[in-house]
Amino acid sequence: METILVLAHTENDGSLAKSAREALHAAATLHKSLAGSKFVVGLIGENVQAAANSIAACPATKYFGVTGADFSQLRYATDTAAAEAICKAAQATIVVAPATSRWARVLPGVAQRLGGRADTHVTGVAAADGKISINRWYYRQRMECVSMRTQRPWFVGIDPGSQTACDCGAGAAAVEMVTVNLGDATKRTTVIGIREPKADAQTIRPDAQLMFVTGAGWTKKQADGQPHLPEAEKLILDFLKKSRASLGSSKSLVDLGGEGQAVLPFLSHMNQIGQTGATPRHAKGLSTCCHGEEPHTVGWRFIGERRAVNLDPNCGWARGKADVLYVADAFKVMAKVNELMAVQT
Amino acid sequence: MSTACQIVVCGSIVPDPLQTLEPVAAPTGPALKNEMMLPAVLDPWAGHALYEAANLAKNQPGSKVWLVSLGPKAKLQQVMMTVAQKVPFELVALDGSASGFTDATETAAALADAIAAIPGLDKSRLLVFGGWESASRGAGATMQIVGERLGIIDQFQGVDQLTVNADGSLEIMERIEGGRHQVSKCLGAPALLGWATGNLPEPKNNPQVGMVNMRTVMPALQRAKPTKLAGEGLSFTSVALPKQLRETQIVKDKSPDDIAKEIVEWIKK
Repeated sequence: METILVLAHTENDGSLAKSAREALHAAATLHKSLAGSKFVVGLIGENVQAAANSIAACPATKYFGVTGADFSQLRYATDTAAAEAICKAAQATIVVAPATSRWARVLPGVAQRLGGRADTHVTGVAAADGKISINRWYYRQRMECVSMRTQRPWFVGIDPGSQTACDCGAGAAAVEMVTVNLGDATKRTTVIGIREPKADAQTIRPDAQLMFVTGAGWTKKQADGQPHLPEAEKLILDFLKKSRASLGSSKSLVDLGGEGQAVLPFLSHMNQIGQTGATPRHAKGLSTCCHGEEPHTVGWRFIGERRAVNLDPNCGWARGKADVLYVADAFKVMAKVNELMAVQT
Repeated sequence: MSTACQIVVCGSIVPDPLQTLEPVAAPTGPALKNEMMLPAVLDPWAGHALYEAANLAKNQPGSKVWLVSLGPKAKLQQVMMTVAQKVPFELVALDGSASGFTDATETAAALADAIAAIPGLDKSRLLVFGGWESASRGAGATMQIVGERLGIIDQFQGVDQLTVNADGSLEIMERIEGGRHQVSKCLGAPALLGWATGNLPEPKNNPQVGMVNMRTVMPALQRAKPTKLAGEGLSFTSVALPKQLRETQIVKDKSPDDIAKEIVEWIKK
């Protein structure tokens, strides 16, 4: 009989993120299809009572918590100790957790400590005839596999954005506190802060409806034989400001800086999508001045509706991969788009 | 205080990203069609880890870099012909599968054993580097397990910057959600860092570095230990390429004004 544990951490304000509710939904669905399975929740944070209460109506029969100031920090040594303690207390055989940066850092290590296995970036969990299987992508989102494991505990990290978030209501949850004794060795690392661009300069917005992808074409010579970098910068930033889109970029564009060429200064490798970058999840995607084949286009594997603006009607980025390809000059199109959006806002 | 480091980089090979990949069923489980024929490259994020390691070693006198690599010996040799020209390192080779379908735990066990067997390794000066994810399995799990097996509990993933302070302490920037970085301070080695892109461009080929490296690379390849990854307890029920091919509507004859109007309506919808 499987014991399914949902492992979640609280946010700074003590709440649970959407990704935690997605993991909860995946685990609850698994529990429903696995006759006789147990369903429990484990929470880690400075204080977890409010988070437990917020999901009290979920089908979990027990709540475990590890709390204290030491567990407010995103630190490997203390997070692994806390997760290990909860897994042991819950006698978990299947551990479902959101693949946030915090859990992605620690889950494989906890699995190793407990003699189990970990699978990350999981996009689906299912059970049939008492057997559990997971879906995940290999070779950077280029092929999808369904796999099973016999080892337990089996840690399953659910990719944020890949599941529906559970809408289980609030109530009063009784949380069983688990004590974790931390030695000095677990506190050799101290988190000293978060570094982020200023609010108006932040171009990566995971919760945005739209992803705007910029390609190297923005930096190339235009019809007059000259590159127009300042104009490109203004058009792109204006559009981001008005649309609140998240900015993605092709590798070739962010690599230009390293090669000593003129670049768009607000782009970094953090914006890079594709084979060697991120594969974000957004409802819509608009690409401009992008070119290339499979390695780049995996960057929008998980984008719902896709449109592209490009001068090349045979562009590998768009053909067969976008819903609509506009064969046009992105400078002219985006200038007009910005004008129209300015009028409407 | 001496801040000389012993840096062990874990990094394997992956098919060149420009290649078309097609899965096939092999007797041992899924594999790539013509896998041994596909041109290979050093795994991109592991490559960044190697370049960061070399840069750190250059700036911390007395430091040394090892590259521990698990892959088919013949393919490793091919890739090392290029990689060895980039930065100085000593290769520790393991002859086994570099497939993305192998199990992270088994791969990590082989890597950790190889690291532990490096003669003269001083754990108090040890920094274990690698890519935070591979371009094959892409699990982001191997490095953590390597760290656990070596008893290293100061671990960082998605690292873009490492500063070694004069007192030997480490300041590390790790990627977290929303395009942000978490900054941590660690008292010092031993530590494990799974690198994201870092800040360094790919070094240019240097034939002199290549000649020095190849003196140790070839013997290391010759004594590469055969490593079997059995995939114990792991089974695949399906491996498939995404089927979705979109019917792209090509719009060639509209003015920028009309296209802009259509795009704005679509965004607002």
